[in-house]
Amino acid sequence: MTGRYQAPFAEHGSHSIDSDIADRLLRIALSKGGDYADLFFEYSVSGSYSYDEQILKSARRAVSMGLGVRVIKGDATGYAYCEDFAFDVMKHAAETAAQVASGGQPISPVEVSMRQAPNRYQVSVESLDVDGEAKKAILEAADRAARAADARVIRVDVSFAESIREILIANSLGHMVRDRQPLMRFGIHVIAQDGAKRQAGSSGGGGRMGLEYFSERTPQWHAEQAVQQALVMLDAREAPAGEMDVVLAPGDSGILLHEAVGHGLEADFNRKKTSNYSDRIGEQVASALCTVVDDASLRGSRGSINVDDEGQRPTRSVLIEGGFLKGYMQDRHSAEFFRTVPDGHGRRQSFRSHPMPRMTNTMLLGGQDAPEDVIRSVKRGVYAKKFGGGQVDISNGDFVFSLTEGYLIEDGKITAPLKGVNLIGNGPDAMRNVVMLGHDFEVSDGIWTCGKEGQSVPVGVGCPTIKIASMTVGGTQVSGG
Amino acid sequence: MTKVEQDARALVDLGHSVVRRAVDAGASVAEAGVHSGSHLSVKVRMGEPELVEEAGSRALGLRVMVGQRVASTYTSDMSESGQRTLIEDALELARLSEPDEFAGPPDSSELSSQSQWANLDTYDEGVSEISTEEALDHALRGERAAFDFDPRITNSEGASFTRARGVSALVTSGGFAGSDYGTHASIVVNPVADDEGGKKRSGYYWSAARHYADLEDCKSVGAEAARRTIAQLGATKLPTQELPVVFDKDAARSILGLFAGCILGGSIWRKSSYLVDRVGSRVASDIVDIVDDPLLPRGPGSRAFDGEGLLSRRNIVVQDGVLKSYLTDTYSGRKLGLKSTGSASRSPAGGIAPSSSNLILRAGSKTRDELVADTQHGLYVTGMMGFGFNSVTGDFSRGASGFLIQDGKLAQPVSEVTISLNLDQLLQRIDAVADDLDRRTSIASPTFRVSSMTLAGS
Repeated sequence: MTGRYQAPFAEHGSHSIDSDIADRLLRIALSKGGDYADLFFEYSVSGSYSYDEQILKSARRAVSMGLGVRVIKGDATGYAYCEDFAFDVMKHAAETAAQVASGGQPISPVEVSMRQAPNRYQVSVESLDVDGEAKKAILEAADRAARAADARVIRVDVSFAESIREILIANSLGHMVRDRQPLMRFGIHVIAQDGAKRQAGSSGGGGRMGLEYFSERTPQWHAEQAVQQALVMLDAREAPAGEMDVVLAPGDSGILLHEAVGHGLEADFNRKKTSNYSDRIGEQVASALCTVVDDASLRGSRGSINVDDEGQRPTRSVLIEGGFLKGYMQDRHSAEFFRTVPDGHGRRQSFRSHPMPRMTNTMLLGGQDAPEDVIRSVKRGVYAKKFGGGQVDISNGDFVFSLTEGYLIEDGKITAPLKGVNLIGNGPDAMRNVVMLGHDFEVSDGIWTCGKEGQSVPVGVGCPTIKIASMTVGGTQVSGG
Repeated sequence: MTKVEQDARALVDLGHSVVRRAVDAGASVAEAGVHSGSHLSVKVRMGEPELVEEAGSRALGLRVMVGQRVASTYTSDMSESGQRTLIEDALELARLSEPDEFAGPPDSSELSSQSQWANLDTYDEGVSEISTEEALDHALRGERAAFDFDPRITNSEGASFTRARGVSALVTSGGFAGSDYGTHASIVVNPVADDEGGKKRSGYYWSAARHYADLEDCKSVGAEAARRTIAQLGATKLPTQELPVVFDKDAARSILGLFAGCILGGSIWRKSSYLVDRVGSRVASDIVDIVDDPLLPRGPGSRAFDGEGLLSRRNIVVQDGVLKSYLTDTYSGRKLGLKSTGSASRSPAGGIAPSSSNLILRAGSKTRDELVADTQHGLYVTGMMGFGFNSVTGDFSRGASGFLIQDGKLAQPVSEVTISLNLDQLLQRIDAVADDLDRRTSIASPTFRVSSMTLAGS
């Protein structure tokens, strides 16, 4: 791929990094006795446009580049970074990271050689290379559609963000690999007002693709979704409080799985035995209906990657199969501890951060039930359609999720929209209480970003319609008794 | 001139050069923010070093206007070609933007200058001099203190110590040039205990300060982290009910943080706050006073001038429960027909928006223990989870953990419940405020009690 923005460390760049320079830096990194070292070169360019009050109000672009040097000695990691590719500056970073090991015989790195990566990104032209007027037109179209959809729409904000992230990774095992990762995200946010009532609605999507995204999901489609959500919420009533059945809509609800189960299966927490899934491989941890995978290879998905940030090629990892715990998500450090192979989950926010086990696209696979049968089976419960976000306590699996769109289910039918709904529970308990799974598996459109220890990475989620028997719904309406 | 003053001078010089070049290239307004920082961060776990990270970084942010068309750019590439791209991109993007009649820098007469800036004592050379060994020693002793506190502490997520130093400069074509610098040190200890039913309980406690001497002793941080972790053992749900809720100072700060987002000029003109058109009306009970004070010596959010170069000032936000003022920058002020309150914050990437500095809910006179003793039956909240807040409507519902209050005493630990109430009503139902305000965070509140909320549990 070529584009207007090229990394200085690329083959013909101003500070081209070849295997010879990588070798020299790795040798310095290991000079104090480290066991392993890697170099992470990164060049990222991101752009964003915000369309507000019917004008393109601001446009932004940012360039960030640098080198992160990591040295591992036993369980300890030394990390340093620099923002300049002059050899002396990089050398200083390598020396700083090397300090974590003191004493011990220096070992020599294996001479590095280039490896090939697959291509999982769905890009014909990088979005950053497309003329700004084309993006302005997309934002304008969404704004117009939202305002035309309903007279109660009083505000429309549309945004578009694009980035390209070029990385080059070399390690002391002799591997060197490059990747160029495109990403785009579109979002629309509206506010509707009816008398004294005001409500917000939003919609968005994207992935590792270019503007071709909009041929499948048009700006107008997103505008209508956002307006619809705001209008529905204008009529929303106070949510019930207490335990009841919950049905999760396909796609976006995968975020609940990501939080409630996914994080606890990241290998670092299990290496430290601070996860509620520690030492439980082979045990039943979910209902027999549940198979959970993390798959970085989905074409064009927001969480997909050709190589992870340790240069490892990710595969499809089966985490839970038929309810039984099969494995954790590994980075290099944890794989060494578990005596297994790193499976491509070592990710980091940028060259300023060290890698750790992270998810890519986390999915609960579909089942046999017709979605309408799932809803019909509920006497009184909540239908969760759109999620605002969630949080989990890894140590015991307790989680909380907020809904941005949810409905009451009464006698097998979706009835009134609800406001201020929270779902609260425990990951393993919720997974044991999965009693029905739809055959309507969907991958969520690309909007999710996962945070862990202050580092953000883009992720994907997916699931079918799910029925969970008995979950705590945090509303305000206490029913009698 | 001290070393840090020299560093600041160098950043101001770079800012002047970038502003001049952007104006020469056709910008009618150019504003450059330059940052440089360095940090050391160490983490230990189970008595062994786990991470030692050290680095310095620099960044250059530029905002330009061509007429009233606005764009901003950012780079960490300080080379000549990096600066050229920064300026060229900014101008290209500005020409793509459409004129915004409210855009524009503050009037030159509003800009502050050096003689007016208060010395806020945010810099301690001692913090920058903390060595790796010293940092590791603090973290190790903090973690050890947690293990020593109680044998039921069986595991650890680790203990971290971080020191950071930052220098920044702002130069604008409107005639402002200023610099600012500060240090920050923090320690956090995160122990884990085994609970019934194979569950684990993770807890934490931390201390942070601008000056090394103000940092709490690592041993007391570790012991407090362990005490909090152990106290949560055996936590259970409660039945769904209405009851008084006491928010400890950490939970109370988080509630104040939600309110902070709703008083910003940007949220008001965008109508994304439930506080639109509410200045002069009651937004909290009459025992609540909230002030935004950027001039607090050694404050975590202190600043002598704001992100547009205006002189910082203390703003009374809520007095006796009545909303007195929003926090505005120049742009949101113009949108609302108001003056800037000197609350502009400039992101490294060049964007400007109003923000709070040190937002403080004024302490009351009772101690925390007296406040609890005065509560017959209630929930004492120490932690909250999730993002259940709708700023447009004020609807609030979050997961909570803490303790049941029974006959004026903390009783059984509680988890996996949610508490709900619209924020507008929540603040109006505050019926007691304690005296335990501390200055660890830029948004700070003492413990307070809300007379009644909905708890959803079993």
